[in-house]
Amino acid sequence: MVTSGSVPHADGTQNIPAGAVKAPGVSGDGDRPRQGRRNLLHRLDIKGAPYAFIAPFFIVFAAFGFYPLLYTFWISLHHVELASMNLMEWRGFGNYTELWQDDRFWNALSNTFTIGVLSTVPQLLMALGLAHLLNYRLRGSTFFRVAALTPYATSVGAAALVFTMLFERDFGLINWMLSLVGIDNVDWENNKWAAQSAISVIVIWRWTGYNALLYLAAMQAIPRDRYEAAAIDGASRWQQFTKVTVPGIRSTILFTIVLSTIGATQLFGEPLIFGQGPNGVTGGADNQYQTLGLLLYEEGWKNYQMGRAATVAWAMFLLLILIFALQRVLKRFTSRKS
Amino acid sequence: MTTESLQPRAGARSGTPWDTSTPSRRRFRPSLRLRAGRQHHAGPVAYVLLGLATVFSLFPLYFTVVAASSDNTRVTQTPPPFLPGPNLFDNLGKAWQDAALGKAMMNSLIVASAIALSTVLFATLAGFALAKLRFKGRNIALMLVIGTMMVPPQLGVVPLFMMMTELGWGQQLPAVIFPTLVSAVGVFFMRQYLSEALPDELIEAGRVDGAHSLRIFWSIVLPIARPPMAVLFMITFVHAWNDFFWPFIVLDMSNPTVPVALTQLSAGYVRDQSLIMAGALLGTLPLLAMFIVFGRQIVGGIMQGAVKG
Repeated sequence: MVTSGSVPHADGTQNIPAGAVKAPGVSGDGDRPRQGRRNLLHRLDIKGAPYAFIAPFFIVFAAFGFYPLLYTFWISLHHVELASMNLMEWRGFGNYTELWQDDRFWNALSNTFTIGVLSTVPQLLMALGLAHLLNYRLRGSTFFRVAALTPYATSVGAAALVFTMLFERDFGLINWMLSLVGIDNVDWENNKWAAQSAISVIVIWRWTGYNALLYLAAMQAIPRDRYEAAAIDGASRWQQFTKVTVPGIRSTILFTIVLSTIGATQLFGEPLIFGQGPNGVTGGADNQYQTLGLLLYEEGWKNYQMGRAATVAWAMFLLLILIFALQRVLKRFTSRKS
Repeated sequence: MTTESLQPRAGARSGTPWDTSTPSRRRFRPSLRLRAGRQHHAGPVAYVLLGLATVFSLFPLYFTVVAASSDNTRVTQTPPPFLPGPNLFDNLGKAWQDAALGKAMMNSLIVASAIALSTVLFATLAGFALAKLRFKGRNIALMLVIGTMMVPPQLGVVPLFMMMTELGWGQQLPAVIFPTLVSAVGVFFMRQYLSEALPDELIEAGRVDGAHSLRIFWSIVLPIARPPMAVLFMITFVHAWNDFFWPFIVLDMSNPTVPVALTQLSAGYVRDQSLIMAGALLGTLPLLAMFIVFGRQIVGGIMQGAVKG
């Protein structure tokens, strides 16, 4: 039922094999055994080729996506150390109970959540506004679009390095500008909320333009007569935006929320580089901006506890499932209300 | 269970027409009908706001250039410098050596090209089959493809790391290349394009002429699919070039990709800010160049396909 909406062409292609099977019979002029073999080959081709064409995707995904995901769970039930990965000692759910009682886990979970909200909400709102602006008839619209997308071409590494410098406590540009309005020496690294905001700014910077282009594409697909009808009804520009534009791109908004949520749960590079070196992995001296991604890395490649790292990974996976289940419930709830 | 959230996206896309009239030079060109939608002229306020947004987007990159062309004392003074200094090429050269960026660039080029090439090839193959060939389980296959988009590959890093160590690929480029040889989003992107842009009659004609499926793929599908393939290539290249988490885990400083090498610059005890920025600039330069040349096409591709690899 999920794909019914996205496979509109299932019926349109129905007559291909019929015509194709007939074809050799019609045009075939060779002797019979040869034709038989040809027919067989042809049938094999028709039946087998589609599977051969989709096979590479599924084989690679099974080997490097699906299998590791399942195996992560298996590893999470064991004590495994980085130096001796062949020695797996059964622990049952020991890693999980340990994680449950570990303050660092709850701290990382809450950091992931707050940074996720701090980065996703403003990002999508700004993207919506930017898309609205880009949807005007503009001079230089290509320039504005490409400029908006440029941060997306910047790697996490480069972006995080620049922003780390802009947010530097003593000589950073942002503190200098803040000092002009009387706010002095914000410690962007050590203060928890300041650090989380700064990291969110990096995420917002990289992804706002990308999301804006998705919204813009959806906005351009809204039929014009809806706006005309709204205008006739006396709707102001703002009302047109909230009553026509936003509902018109609702599905795209949902999609970007899903994408950003996945991205937010996986956040790693930004806080790592923001912490510059030794402080990066722990997410600051007091773990003030350690995300689940960083915790996973710390457990596995700093503390050499692969079993515990796998437990964190599986916890992240469960978290995602939880979020999407919640989202579905919310969706059902809101659609019933309206 | 999570796939349903993608369904509206497919629906939303169906409203975006693929411009199939000139497949060989397809750019982002909204059709006339769409062009007519919502077309108030932008007022001065809109231009000012857009200008601000552009500054927000470009300033960090500009500041990278400013810092990369200064020396450390100039960067760390207050107020910070706003104009480029004289040391750009010195710093670029030093950063190139300090962070072993030459090797990193080469590695990134190999990794990103290999991943982009194979992603495009396999995505086009699978996209073609899912869009135009009939076979049992097609709907399930498509559903699985969409479902895999929801699984972040990062979650499997622990067993992946073990796997790569066992294969003897630790610190080697294949460890980075193989897990990302395909992309679900790419498959979906090509499927959406081909189901709209590839006429069934063409395939049928090919069948009548006795062409087998691979031949049809080669002679009919590939020529038509070239424009979205180019876009998919570039977008996958950008993602592969910038990919961080997994390369950071599996590679080390003796054989890094660019993003991994950049962490080296900031982790030193004496941090020379201008050198860090010079390294950041070098690592971003290839992609920026690509954006300056093909920005329009990349924007068009993202708008048409919502590609995120």
